[in-house]
Order: sequence, then C-alpha cells, then structure tokens
Amino acid sequence: MALSEQRAVSEPMIAAAVHARPAREIIYRHSIVVRLTHWLNALFLTLLLMSGLALFNVHPALYWGNYGYPGVPTVLTITGALDPETARPVGTTRIGDYSIDTTGILGVTYDANGRARPGAFPQWATGGLGLALARDWHFLAAWLFVINGTIYLLFGLFSGHFKRDLAPGRDQLRPRHILQDIGNHLRLRRPRGEAAKRYNVLQKLSYLVLIFVLLPAMLLSGLTMSPAATAAFPFLFDLFGGRQSARTIHFITANLLLIFVLVHVIQVLLFGVFNLMRSMITGRYVVKPERAT
Amino acid sequence: MSRIISRRGLLTAGAATLGSTLLTGCNRLFEGASMRPLLDFGQLMSWKAHRLLLAGQPLVREFTLADISPQFPPNGTEMPEGFEYFELLVSEFANWRLKVDGLVNKQLELSLDEIKALPGRTQITQHSCDEGWSAIGQWTGVPVAQLLKMAELKPEARYIVFHCLDQLEGESYYESIDLFDAFHPQTILAYGMNGKALPVQHGAPLRLRVERQIGYKNAKFVTRVEAVDRLGPIAGGKGGFWPDRGYQWYAGL
Repeated sequence: MALSEQRAVSEPMIAAAVHARPAREIIYRHSIVVRLTHWLNALFLTLLLMSGLALFNVHPALYWGNYGYPGVPTVLTITGALDPETARPVGTTRIGDYSIDTTGILGVTYDANGRARPGAFPQWATGGLGLALARDWHFLAAWLFVINGTIYLLFGLFSGHFKRDLAPGRDQLRPRHILQDIGNHLRLRRPRGEAAKRYNVLQKLSYLVLIFVLLPAMLLSGLTMSPAATAAFPFLFDLFGGRQSARTIHFITANLLLIFVLVHVIQVLLFGVFNLMRSMITGRYVVKPERAT
Repeated sequence: MSRIISRRGLLTAGAATLGSTLLTGCNRLFEGASMRPLLDFGQLMSWKAHRLLLAGQPLVREFTLADISPQFPPNGTEMPEGFEYFELLVSEFANWRLKVDGLVNKQLELSLDEIKALPGRTQITQHSCDEGWSAIGQWTGVPVAQLLKMAELKPEARYIVFHCLDQLEGESYYESIDLFDAFHPQTILAYGMNGKALPVQHGAPLRLRVERQIGYKNAKFVTRVEAVDRLGPIAGGKGGFWPDRGYQWYAGL
C-alpha cells in the first residue's frame, strides 16, 4: 500500500490517477422479489398487449361515452379497404376528423410473402388470435398480472422498497437537481459513483407514475368493460365516463405503457446492457467509480 | 458438479426451449391444446371471483330514457329462416307458446298474453358485445325467477337452458346460465323494447336479458326454458351455441 503510493508519486500524472482510483464496487441492487415480479410482469404485459391488439382488431373503433357502435362518432378508427380507383388495398387511421394513410403499418399490412392482409394491427403483433382465444388469453394474463402486481405492491410497501428505492430524496426534488438530471439524460451521461447507487429522480418519478397511475388505470378501465365487474363497482362508470370511454382510455394507456417499455429498453441498451441485465437477473450491479477530474 | 454449471445448463436449456417455441411460432403456443386447461382455469377464476363479488346480488346500473342509444345493433340472427317462424310472425304469435320444462314439478306452456299478464319489470340497461361495441336500451319482460317459481324448480336443477327458434350455421341457437344469474331480479325474458313490442331483429316475441353477462348470452327468439342438472348432454355440451364454438360459457367480462 505504502509502496504503491510512493511509486505513484514518482510516476506521471495519468498513472497516479489510475492508482488512486478506488476499485469498482459491486452492489446488490434488486431483491429476488423485484427481479421475479419484473420478468413475470414483462411476460404478462406482452400477453396482454398482443391479445389486446387482437381484441381491438375485432372492432377497430374507439368511442367516447356510454355507448358506441358503427355509425356513432369515433375517437379513432383503423380500417382497411380497397381504393375504388386503383383497386389497391389502403389502410387508413382516423383520429377524430383527421385521416392518415397508414398502409403497410396499420389497417392493411403485408405478410412475409408480400401479400396484403386486412386488419388494424398486423398479425405478428396480435399473434393471429381470434376473438374467443384472444379473450381467454387476455383475461388469464390479466389475472396473472393482478396476482403478480399485488405481490410486488405488498413487498414494496412492507420491505421498504418503495420508501428506500422509489421515493425521491429531498435533495433530488430541488429544481436545480431535476434540471441537472434532465441535462444528464440529454447528454446520455452514465451515472457513476454514489449517484449510480440509487435511481435518478426522473427514473424514480417515471417508475412511480407507472406503478401507481398507468398500471392501476389499465386494470380499472379494463374492469369497466365487464358487465359483472361494473355490477359490483358501478362507480367505475363515473370514474371513466362510461364503458366506451373506459375502452378508449384502456387503449390510450396501453400505448403509454408501450412508450414506457420502449424508452426503458432503449435506456438499458444505452446505459450498459450487460450490467443492467445482470442486475435484473442476479441482483448484482457494478458501480463505476467517479471519473477523475 | 458445481451449482454454477447446473445453473448454466438450466439457462441454456431454457433459452433453447424459448428459442424453439418462438421459431415454431406464437400461434401454436397460443392455440395449443396443452394451454386449454390453463385458459379454462382463468375462466373458472373469473366466474368464481364474480360470484363472490356479486354475492349480495346488486343490480346493474339502470340508465334514464335520455341515455337510450339512437340505434341498437342486433346480434346474431336478425330474422329466423323457415316457414314456421314466418307463420308465427304473420299471426302475431297467436299460436306461439313458451315451454318451461326439465327439472320442474309443474311444466308450463304460456302464451304471449299470459306472459305479459305476469308481474313484469322494465329496465334501461347497457348491452355490451364481446366485439367491443355497446348500446343502451329499455327492456320490459317477466323475471326468469317468476317463471321458475311458478314451475317449481326441483332441488337438483343447477342450470337454466334457453332454447331458441333461430338457427345459425344450421344449428339451433341456445344459451344457458346458472341459478345465481337466473334468480337475479334483472334477469328477464323481455317482450318489449324501448316502449314497443320486441322487434324481430331483437328476438321477437321473447328474448333473454342477462345483464351481468356479454351480448351473446342474451339469447333471442326464446321458445323453451329447460331446467337441467348438467349441460353436457345438450348440443355440443358446452352450454351454448357460441360456447360450443370455443367462446366462454361464463361471459361476465
């Protein structure tokens, strides 16, 4: 120890920095419950999304209010039809009064053989499920999602996971810190040292919105579509403004979840896919030391 | 053998299984017969959970006249084929009778006028199709519970089957519900819709309203109510035209 310090003094600056750098530290980041519920949640949400898109394909229109059927003004429709002049299949996505040609992406998609297929969402996204099977899968996955989510919520509450890991620290809520964190995200700077040992404030806030707003909204708007569930909880109609509004909110929230997942995965790829994947599989996460300045 | 090797072996085997599953395609995974027990378990969970939640038999929300939707798309058959129904229609269902039989002490045969003379119920409720659309209508009819009381249900009866006049794909439409739903005050056989006689496309002269379940459970053109102890011996054995074709028998969601 003393020897290396003495040697460091006599060697060039760069070597000194290397020697002075503390060893990289391995922390235990994710408990077994968080890791298991995370991956199960990923699986169940995938099943819910695919079967949900299959269900949307059966009646590819969204309405607002209590009722909605062909002829009632729509919030969104995704349709496929043959162009009367060119006989070319055209996919049209209509949001309110605004129409977009989405041929190839939505409404009409092409399969592996280049054949045009009608349908709001493509077959690879819906698993090709028909109505009966899509309903079975959707409701089974919903049960599993609820059971898994309940285990996570109880664990988060009683183990101190929410308080310790997800509640932003007082220092993190200062406007200056938040602005700094936004800057870090925009410059794609990887956290190091002490800062890497806890979630950053934007990360904490997005997890909190996901866990306590988006996922519960998904469940409750889903229940509002059930005639039995609304018999037990009629206030759901008032909460969402009717069964068709709930269906529309269910769809919008699903899209927000999808955006969350995309950003989440992109960030994992950008901020050290190996380290982050290992931490969510084994729990162990390597904290890189602060950069010498 | 170290634990690391066995764990690695496990991961490799898991990855290989996952890979081959993805290669053989999601469709086979989704539709595989091996998944059927799991999916049936999901259905059973929903049915039993709803029975617990609804143990107090609360009423579904009833809407006001102003909430009735301007149109009400008809499900399924809009006009039964064949001379038999045509004859009933032109005679304004004068010779039509509703049979109540099966596991009952007193078989009934009621004319439309006799049914209308029974204590009735009018309700404005939401009809939701499993496809995703919904409409609101007003229904007037006789509670199924009323008919079952008159016919004196035997203690071994567990399900009520509704046989219909219409055919789809060459087979008679039918549906069935458990006694929990059959005795709910809003479960009625309706002969009126939106203040008028039940229109043909909505199942004239009599249709089922089972308000805590999805559209296809609400059988139209009902001509016979049968009390049974099991559903297996009837038609495809799954308790309904659509359940025989892979759809859920309990459709509370």
